[in-house]
Amino acid sequence: TKTRDNILGGVDQVLSGFSSIDEDFYEELEEALIMADFGVHTALRILSDIKVKVKEQHIKDPMEVKNLLKEELMEIMHLSDDAYIFEEKKSVILIIGVNGVGKTTTIGKLAMRYKAQGKKVVLAAADTFRAAAIEQLTEWSNRANVDIVAGQANSDPGAVVYDAVFAAKARKADMLICDTAGRLHNKKNLMDELGKINKIIDREYPEAHKEVLLVLDSTTGQNALQQAKQFKEVANITGIVLTKLDGTAKGGIAIAIQSELNLSVKFIGVGEGIDDLQDFNPEEFVEALFKQ
Amino acid sequence: MAFESLSDKFQNIFNNLKKKGKLSEADVKAAMREVKMALLEADVNFKVVKDFVNAVKERAIGDEVMESLTPGQHVIKIVNEEMVALMGSDESELTFTTGGGPTIYMMVGLQGAGKTTTSAKLAGLLKKKGKKPLLVACDIYRPAAIKQLQVVGEQLSIPVFSMGNQNKPIDIAKAALEHGSKNHHDLIILDTAGRLHIDETMMDELIELKEVIKPKETLLVVDAMTGQDAVHVAELFNEKIGVDGVILTKLDGDTRGGAALSVKAVTQKPIKFAGMGEKLSDLEVFYPERMASRILGMGDVLTLIEKA
Ligand SMILES: Nc1nc2c(ncn2[C@@H]2O[C@H](COP(=O)(O)OP(=O)(O)OP(=O)(O)O)[C@@H](O)[C@H]2O)c(=O)[nH]1
Ligand SMILES: Nc1nc2c(ncn2[C@@H]2O[C@H](COP(=O)(O)OP(=O)(O)OP(=O)(O)O)[C@@H](O)[C@H]2O)c(=O)[nH]1
Ligand SMILES: [Mg+2]
Ligand SMILES: [Mg+2]
Repeated sequence: TKTRDNILGGVDQVLSGFSSIDEDFYEELEEALIMADFGVHTALRILSDIKVKVKEQHIKDPMEVKNLLKEELMEIMHLSDDAYIFEEKKSVILIIGVNGVGKTTTIGKLAMRYKAQGKKVVLAAADTFRAAAIEQLTEWSNRANVDIVAGQANSDPGAVVYDAVFAAKARKADMLICDTAGRLHNKKNLMDELGKINKIIDREYPEAHKEVLLVLDSTTGQNALQQAKQFKEVANITGIVLTKLDGTAKGGIAIAIQSELNLSVKFIGVGEGIDDLQDFNPEEFVEALFKQ
Repeated sequence: MAFESLSDKFQNIFNNLKKKGKLSEADVKAAMREVKMALLEADVNFKVVKDFVNAVKERAIGDEVMESLTPGQHVIKIVNEEMVALMGSDESELTFTTGGGPTIYMMVGLQGAGKTTTSAKLAGLLKKKGKKPLLVACDIYRPAAIKQLQVVGEQLSIPVFSMGNQNKPIDIAKAALEHGSKNHHDLIILDTAGRLHIDETMMDELIELKEVIKPKETLLVVDAMTGQDAVHVAELFNEKIGVDGVILTKLDGDTRGGAALSVKAVTQKPIKFAGMGEKLSDLEVFYPERMASRILGMGDVLTLIEKA
């Protein structure tokens, strides 16, 4: 598996430059967190927690602050025990998010993962809008060697999902994974359309466990918080996929989202290949925030 | 939103002051704290924010407050002026090859930024202005990338040159130039695959393309929602390949778009167009001044001040 070696200065760099804990030290730490896209609000809140603990525990060594911070972040990003329980059930996975974040690619990767586990997988090409979106998902279905249900370009995405649910039942699929068109969260009609797709799944496939994964591009800044809030309004998000972590962005916005909206990252994307999907590991994620 | 109230906060900071006529260091510092927060919430890069705030501070401290303005409005005016100075105040046009040979543009950027869509939008826009464009499918990696370009090309009735995904982008581009000159195309737009700025092999591919094809402009396509990393991406693309202009996409969202300021600050290259939607007609000329007030989130306040 790939590691995320960032060439940006990380928290480690900041810490190593200080021999005592003072205001300058905290300011540098704040800067490092903000540079990782934590956002001002979350960065300040976390640091004020840390300051209290440093006082309480009479900590004098900057390197010990590092451990405190790590523990705090790992605590925030902790996954509940049932995070992956859907993988053991008959499930339908709805993939949603704004344009270009990596939804279709993530579906290709998930399909491969479940296929390799010996599961019966069906894909639904419910992005009927984007140019060649259907062909793109078809290519992934070929790579993973799984079934795909697709309609005509520009046809009703709800109808595709409807057909796909029918096919999943008939073929006794373990996993039905639905692609959707990228849409910006401030477009009311497109969000309504997504709400409808979501309802069709609830109505037509109540016996399946429903997993709704919001895909976020780790390069995205504070707007990702807005995305998560708005998508949460139309579908009950059960997890986040954080993509493009093979780049230099740290994806710190996921920490803001987890602490403000209580949405957990379940998967990370670390490349464009079919195997470049990993379970989220809070420790590795936090470790990577510190690395330079 | 965190700083719809930036102007309110300014009012509060300066409310307690009598009209002293001059701004004290303490007042300016308090105001700059709010500006700093607002810019960071808008995703402007931390280092860019620091420089910006220092520049404003220096100008504002001790400055005479004009008769017509309150101290708060006066500082806002300075902030805005400095912002426009950074963003640039004029629109920036595309350049064209003169005398023989077609104008060639090469689109580059991270994965999913909007290169393919923007290639088509740009071709459509210039076709309306009388050019005869050819779109070239140099993305041989992404599944159905060629098909995507063909679909959008067809929607605009603009021909797409492709050679499948078994040829190298450099060979496709060379053949496209030949095809273009035979068919009298005066505008050639190369759609390239999305790539990470730290991917040496993929960056080398662009370097070679640029060396051989010699595009009139290399256009970096940047997603307006990009966070702190925007400076890093822009810096590396510019350093390694050389960028002539930037196109900012997905501005139809509700992001403040601080990436615009970051990218401009590190590359000094103009932002030429803004992507305003998924439709192929959703491409607009980029107005730096408007972007400045969008990032600060105080368009209304500025109109008020201008009238004062
Ligand atoms: N480096 C990297 N690139 C990725 C990753 N995931 C996806 N991509 C790339 O990002 C681009 C967009 O991916 P898509 O899967 O088409 O994104 P999407 O969300 O389906 O896009 P739309 O359907 O247009 O909204 C493609 O070039 C992918 O190869 C990742 O984890 N790392
Ligand atoms: N809302 C909105 N969506 C846009 C805009 N520009 C592009 N998109 C969408 O963003 C997604 C990615 O666009 P592409 O043109 O495929 O991006 P790309 O940079 O070519 O992607 P790769 O080739 O995979 O690197 C698609 O869903 C587009 O429809 C824009 O200005 N506004
Ligand atoms: Mg897609
Ligand atoms: Mg493309």
